[in-house]
Amino acid sequence: MNVSFIVAGVVAILATVMVIVQRNAVHALLYLIVSLFALAVTMFLLGAPFVAALEVIVYAGAIMVLFVFVVMMTGAESSRVEPRAWIGPSILGIVLLAELSWVLLFAPAAAGRVVGQVKGVSSKELGIALLGPYLVGVEIAAFLLLAGLVGAYHLGRRHSPPSLPKEGA
Amino acid sequence: MNPVLFAIALVFGILFFAAFVIWIERRFLALVQERYGPNRVGPLGLVQVIADIIKILTKENWIPPFADKGVFVIAPMIIMVTVLASFAVIPLGPGIVASDLDVGLLFFLAMSSLAVYSVALAGWASNSKFALLGGIRAVGQMVSYEVFMGISLLGVVLQTGSFSLVAIIEAQRRLWFCVPQFVGFVVFFIAGLAETRRIPFDLPEAESELVAGYHTEYSGFKFAMFYLGEYVGITLISSMIVVLFFGGWLGPWLPPFLWFVVKTLFFVVVFVLIRGSLPRPRYDQLIGFGWKLMFPLALANLVATGGIVLALAR
Repeated sequence: MNVSFIVAGVVAILATVMVIVQRNAVHALLYLIVSLFALAVTMFLLGAPFVAALEVIVYAGAIMVLFVFVVMMTGAESSRVEPRAWIGPSILGIVLLAELSWVLLFAPAAAGRVVGQVKGVSSKELGIALLGPYLVGVEIAAFLLLAGLVGAYHLGRRHSPPSLPKEGA
Repeated sequence: MNPVLFAIALVFGILFFAAFVIWIERRFLALVQERYGPNRVGPLGLVQVIADIIKILTKENWIPPFADKGVFVIAPMIIMVTVLASFAVIPLGPGIVASDLDVGLLFFLAMSSLAVYSVALAGWASNSKFALLGGIRAVGQMVSYEVFMGISLLGVVLQTGSFSLVAIIEAQRRLWFCVPQFVGFVVFFIAGLAETRRIPFDLPEAESELVAGYHTEYSGFKFAMFYLGEYVGITLISSMIVVLFFGGWLGPWLPPFLWFVVKTLFFVVVFVLIRGSLPRPRYDQLIGFGWKLMFPLALANLVATGGIVLALAR
């Protein structure tokens, strides 16, 4: 398990670096998928096959939509990313890195406890946890998604004058 | 059996089966259209596909100068890898399965959502307008149809209580799921047609408007991968239908593995006959059909199944 864990971790880091250094937005997206794959493998090795599968299903679909947006926004030929676009994400990344280093360096006992507790979580246990103690969180997420859905519908609705015949009529 | 040997045998077996499916399609389509189809090479034309493969392998491995080379080469590989990987969780008979994953069904869904990348990236990397239009159409179609493909299967999962495909087959000993989950079966079948981009869902490669859609710029071996990938996909969806709704290897008299092959072949032939008989809809009709009819149907089926399972459990 350790070897595959290390391989998956290294692949995740390398792929994430490639996401940042790629100038072509579509290539960056491809590396983002690879990075998410590596994370899915990590999840699987940590005993959460359900989360691993969902990670691939959900993110693969999500990034596909992102791909369409990249093509629509930038045009098929010139999907270039300006280096300046990375300033904000880098700051956030540095904050996360600092947090991780702090946990590993100054609270190794806590980190060790988390890593040591590896045991399989079945999809049933996950479902019971989500619809039991974390029900409020799930409902809030559902509210957010519904708001997003309504917003997208509002933005995407047709602005045609009422005199035109409706399509399909 | 050694798992590595088994995996190799599985991959080659499936590729041969897919080549056989190509022959079935060409002969059956010919039958529908009152032609003979390929009948010269070998008995009944069975070796025709081998001849085609040899021809296509000896062609020049050409990449258009305006294409994005790396992605252009990767795209056809993705479809082969994802479709073949899906077979890892499909039980061909009792004990004949590469990996009886606890989340087998989710693995299949994950792989089928990755297959979209192949088509989309092929369309983008070709850097030509027909290919790009085909790729974008494929994304819209496959992402939409994937949503209720997953939901249509949840009824089966509810009745079984497991995502494992072996458990799903074992749960059908008394009654095949095509009876209690008839709605789920119909929705999955239609979504499966859309996922394999077959007529009537072949808008990504509609030849009357987009030349050949996403694989316009492809030739030689890379085209062959798309072509064979389509037939491996048909085999995959057929075997998934058999596993989920028609009892997998279960059946009287014949050995289990043979039952599985016979049932899969039946659905392959249904796929071919559908191609021979249906026209191609407009794109907005296709998306509207998916979201306005299939999606609510799948949801209603899920709610009804959930209610009944809950009521029976009380």
